[in-house]
Amino acid sequence: MTRRHDVKHYPGLGPLVALFFVYLYAPLAIVVIYSFNANRIVGVWTGFSLEWYASALNNRALMNALKTSLTVAGVATVVATTIALLAALAIIRGRNVRFRKLSETVVNLPLLLPEIVLAVASLIFFSLIGLQNGMMKLIIAHSAFCTPFAFLPIRARLQGMSLDFEEASADLYASRWTTFRRVTLPLIFPGVFSGAMLAFLISMDDFITSNLLSTGGTTTLPVYIFSLIRSGTSPELNAIGTLLIVASLILATVALAVAARGARNND
Amino acid sequence: MNEAKAVEVRSVSKSFGTYQALRSVSFDIGANEFFTMLGPSGCGKTTLLRMLAGFETPDSGSIRLHGREVLDLPPHRRRVNTVFQNYALFPHMTLEQNVAFGLENLGWDRARIRARVGEMLERVHMETMARRRPGQLSGGQRQRVALARALAPDPEVLLLDEPLSALDLKLRQAMRDELRKLQRDSGITFVFVTHDQEEALDMSDRIAVLGAGEVQQIGSPTEIYEEPANRFVADFVGETNFFDVEVLETVAGQATVRTPFGLVITAPETGVAGRRRATLSVRPEKVNLGDQAQGVTMQGQVVNKNYMGGYTHYTLDIGGIELRASRRNASREGDAIAAGETVNVGFAPLSARVLAS
Repeated sequence: MTRRHDVKHYPGLGPLVALFFVYLYAPLAIVVIYSFNANRIVGVWTGFSLEWYASALNNRALMNALKTSLTVAGVATVVATTIALLAALAIIRGRNVRFRKLSETVVNLPLLLPEIVLAVASLIFFSLIGLQNGMMKLIIAHSAFCTPFAFLPIRARLQGMSLDFEEASADLYASRWTTFRRVTLPLIFPGVFSGAMLAFLISMDDFITSNLLSTGGTTTLPVYIFSLIRSGTSPELNAIGTLLIVASLILATVALAVAARGARNND
Repeated sequence: MNEAKAVEVRSVSKSFGTYQALRSVSFDIGANEFFTMLGPSGCGKTTLLRMLAGFETPDSGSIRLHGREVLDLPPHRRRVNTVFQNYALFPHMTLEQNVAFGLENLGWDRARIRARVGEMLERVHMETMARRRPGQLSGGQRQRVALARALAPDPEVLLLDEPLSALDLKLRQAMRDELRKLQRDSGITFVFVTHDQEEALDMSDRIAVLGAGEVQQIGSPTEIYEEPANRFVADFVGETNFFDVEVLETVAGQATVRTPFGLVITAPETGVAGRRRATLSVRPEKVNLGDQAQGVTMQGQVVNKNYMGGYTHYTLDIGGIELRASRRNASREGDAIAAGETVNVGFAPLSARVLAS
């Protein structure tokens, strides 16, 4: 390849890349900066203050919404990841599985359907069976749409793992359960972890379904934030946003570290 | 070979879809034997090995290990261990943990496992790397650990699936000797699968040559090489010259045939009785040239010559028929025959073989 065809030497590449990153991160930077603003009005900087953080952390409604979100996301992650793991094991490793391709499509279907359709369907379904518990509704609905997100990385990892390891394990007198526990699961763990991570983030982030299903006592964080915006923006939102960014960065770092460890192990 | 049988394979057949991988294969493997299944790819040798391990089930037939029918046993209940072609060492475990894995599953106590793991790693000269992971090892080192892991539980039979194919040439030669020594020292029955005839001839007590899903011949390396049962075996194991011949008479394992050179010779035969046409097989190194020509002698012209250092390959033209000969260069002047020269060509009929076509 000659220098001329190297993408690094295209004219205007530098400014374009810079523009792209500004476009992507400038709004986030503004949120973070003004979360420390003493003034109520965004765009008018009057001084540094942690006032809005204090006010956010003292907001009972906000803290309740966060608790609801974490509970729903936590339970939905465990349920979705378990279902996804079992589905991946059956579809990828099962012997004489009929309708393998079809099963995979069915597991992944929620990815392809518009979320509003799923949300309305859940709403109708819950009212049909007479389920009243708001938390329960959220958990069931979230588990359902999080499953394909957990499934994809687990399936990819399992497909990429040579059958030889499982055969070697069986050859060395390990029962199927021991093989799963000591060989298969450790080797696909980075996939399971990313799957769980994705499921958790998708659940935390969900608005449409949660908004449709939310009742008095069970408002999730995105739904609560949306209600705040409706009554005019408050600098408290900036503080909440910044805290969420920090939390996401920590999660992403952990996820990357786990994936890197997994890659090293499977060298 | 001991009278005790480690493995009994009886009328085993297996199809994958419309492809018949094995056609009613039967053979025995003696205890403490180094037994090799040799054949080209697709001959069914790996399928057979996987059946012994329990990863494949025959469509029909039976497999016994030390007299016990094992077809109903899953792999983890068979006292058999495998050295996999790509070693399949667990990447998330240290070498120690890899070797201990089988022993833990057998329920050995800790102290005994520790002692055995140390002993096995020492036996394959890997004791200093016990705490490393497979990713940090070279191919040869992985090979050794895979051997230690498979031998540690003291299996009734050790299966080896082309274990040397991933190593470079020098290392392969060294590992052959090491494998043979490990087999003698441990007294464990080795079942070795390879497509490399040199490996098979070098290491085995007995070889089963497999082709087209059938056992073509079973015998000692010398029998396989010097007394091939059919054209397939003669062709697959070693180099040879084939000539279509007319059978004049067969008496007591000897066939008198008319060769395309016009000469009538009498040579040992297999399966030729009652046939009119057959194949004469003459190995290139059995053909002598010049002063050394003896037995059946003819005149031939050297049309091509390949100097290989230790020996030289000659291609000769004998009245329009091509014959390959190879000669060891026993002295510096050993390679004195030039291309284009006409020389005496000869071979002893007893070293040739008449086979069914």
